[in-house]
Amino acid sequence: MTASTDWATVRPPGTDPARGGRWWPWIGRLALPVVLALVLLALWLYVGSQELDSIEARSLTAETIGETAARHVALTAVSTVLVVALAVPLGILLTRPFTRRYRGLLLTVANIGQAVPTIGLLALLAVAFFFLGFWAAVVGLVAYAVLPVLRNTMVGLEGVDPAVLEAGKGMGLSGRQVLRRLELPLAVPVILAGIRTALVINVGTATLAAYINGGGLGTLIVAGFSTNRFLVSLTGAVLTAVLALLVDHLAGIAEDVLKPKGL
Amino acid sequence: MTETGPADRPMIRLEELTKTFPGQQRPAVDALTLDIPEGEIVILVGPSGCGKTTTMKMINRIIEPTSGRILLDGEDVTHADPDQLRRRIGYVIQQIGLFPHMTIAENIATVPKLLGWDAQRVAARVDELLTTVRMDPAEYRGRYPKELSGGQRQRVGVARALSADPDVMLMDEPFGAIDPITRDRLQNEFLRLQAQVRKTIVFVTHDIDEAIKMGDRIAILREGSEVVQYDTPETILTHPANDFVRDFIGSGASLKRLNLSRVRDIELSHWPTVPEGTSPEEALRVLRSAPGSAVLVLDAQGRPRRWVGATDLQRADGRRLDQIGMHPEAIVEPHATLSDALNELITARYSVATVVDGNGVYQGVVDIDRITEAIRTMRSDDQRTARRGLDEASDAAGSRWS
Ligand SMILES: Nc1ncnc2c1ncn2[C@@H]1O[C@H](COP(=O)(O)OP(=O)(O)OP(=O)(O)O)[C@@H](O)[C@H]1O
Ligand SMILES: [Mg+2]
Repeated sequence: MTASTDWATVRPPGTDPARGGRWWPWIGRLALPVVLALVLLALWLYVGSQELDSIEARSLTAETIGETAARHVALTAVSTVLVVALAVPLGILLTRPFTRRYRGLLLTVANIGQAVPTIGLLALLAVAFFFLGFWAAVVGLVAYAVLPVLRNTMVGLEGVDPAVLEAGKGMGLSGRQVLRRLELPLAVPVILAGIRTALVINVGTATLAAYINGGGLGTLIVAGFSTNRFLVSLTGAVLTAVLALLVDHLAGIAEDVLKPKGL
Repeated sequence: MTETGPADRPMIRLEELTKTFPGQQRPAVDALTLDIPEGEIVILVGPSGCGKTTTMKMINRIIEPTSGRILLDGEDVTHADPDQLRRRIGYVIQQIGLFPHMTIAENIATVPKLLGWDAQRVAARVDELLTTVRMDPAEYRGRYPKELSGGQRQRVGVARALSADPDVMLMDEPFGAIDPITRDRLQNEFLRLQAQVRKTIVFVTHDIDEAIKMGDRIAILREGSEVVQYDTPETILTHPANDFVRDFIGSGASLKRLNLSRVRDIELSHWPTVPEGTSPEEALRVLRSAPGSAVLVLDAQGRPRRWVGATDLQRADGRRLDQIGMHPEAIVEPHATLSDALNELITARYSVATVVDGNGVYQGVVDIDRITEAIRTMRSDDQRTARRGLDEASDAAGSRWS
């Protein structure tokens, strides 16, 4: 046909959408943190309006709260980093053709990790091995949160369009290059979703660390219950919930930002 | 049944190539021997499951042969490093497989970058290739695959396969998943491109019409990649080796042969034309003194600009020629097949297909008379073949009863 024919219709390039469009998502992203800040403000005002006895006053100093919260964040962060460092390479390995045979076995192990209640695992560590404190808690958290990341890594890698891989291979990309340039970037959204799940699980489960001297916001909750000080437990619980929502929110933003363009 | 091409040294030679998939009794490809001459498009065509794809994928070792040899330009590559081998062979698959997270430029640049070209050379190559497949580099190089139409993706797939200027291209049903009109267009474009680049191409399809149109040579395969006939499209249409081939070609072999003759092979008809600046009155005079119900207005470069009919001219009211009538339509290039031309002229307002050269300059027109003339010539060939078929049939019948 003619040289000048215009080929089919095409969506306009995504370069110049209405200028405001780029900022809208950020306004949406700010809404939740504002709400969370208001919740914290309400909690602070409520606690401040109560007469505190000596036990409550000791548990609810800014210093104690700051320390337990920081410890909680540390537990979550360390265990999540370990989970990612463990589960992503394992997921890659388990999707290579030469490991087909071990897949079932390893997935079962990971499943057990998630099926056994964390509290049970922590108790086991403490009673059977005298393993207590921060690192014991980390072990429990990792065991529990490995599965979502492992599973998503595998699902993400296996979900990559085989035609894309064949094209890459057919062009002369080596196995490593196919993995690094095609499979991993294309699996990133699914892997990130798994990491986000693991993070949220870890924020929640880290409250259990209190039982084995691992620290964290759980300490407030447990101390409040054992001394019958409702206000202390409430503070611990609200702070945990706020932290979980915030972490989930931040992880969601990270997902959007880290997702490869063009998908 | 010629199993080897005439070239002295084929670009690709398959020797006793066999593939048996694990757990299967019968080989998917059974001792295939085939020579693929340099610079030709060789089509592998045959019923579904006969082993075309398997054969093709053994050439770049996406599938490892069970036994046999593959020679590329005289060199035995059966055991060569597959990654190195694949960088020398362009590969286009039906699903295209563009990398969705890379821009069009990055997609095309993949192999050149692997080969260590410097950034400037890569960028120049990308633009060159986009231009070759008729996509404006400035507009498209930064886009992502999802921002293209199906036909455009297919073009990018071809551009990507050409990126490192391989001597050999493997194409597995490259135009399979596209609507018929775009498909036709891409086929024509690809033929024009091939006329420039002269690659050795192995092209898989299960569509005999596509095979006839695209192939310099067609290998008709049956189960196990057995070569039933390996010949030029003309010979296959006029002298099918046996009933399998005859059935495969199907009915209307002579109509199919319209796919073989190209517009450049026939004499074009003439049509009244006028230059752009002509006044309507003058154009009317030209029209009266010539057959036909419209004049074709050409621009300064001689390219079709407008069709202007007699009634348009009478109602011109002082408007210029380029403001009345209609856009040029039904335009074909010399390498288009008569079948293309027929399709175009049937729907055209003035029942002719306008022929332009590569630069869009007007050459003449194809009308229905030219097509019938071509069919008539073919039919006399056909009658000869039919007679011979008759003789063979009576021979066979005779031997059965004896
Ligand atoms: N990876 C594989 N594993 C097992 N068997 C296979 C594999 N690929 C192809 N086959 C078998 O080999 C035979 C030939 O398949 P192939 O894909 O080469 O056919 P084809 O001629 O390309 O068919 P189509 O026109 O449908 O694409 C088929 O019987 C198919 O089932
Ligand atoms: Mg196939």
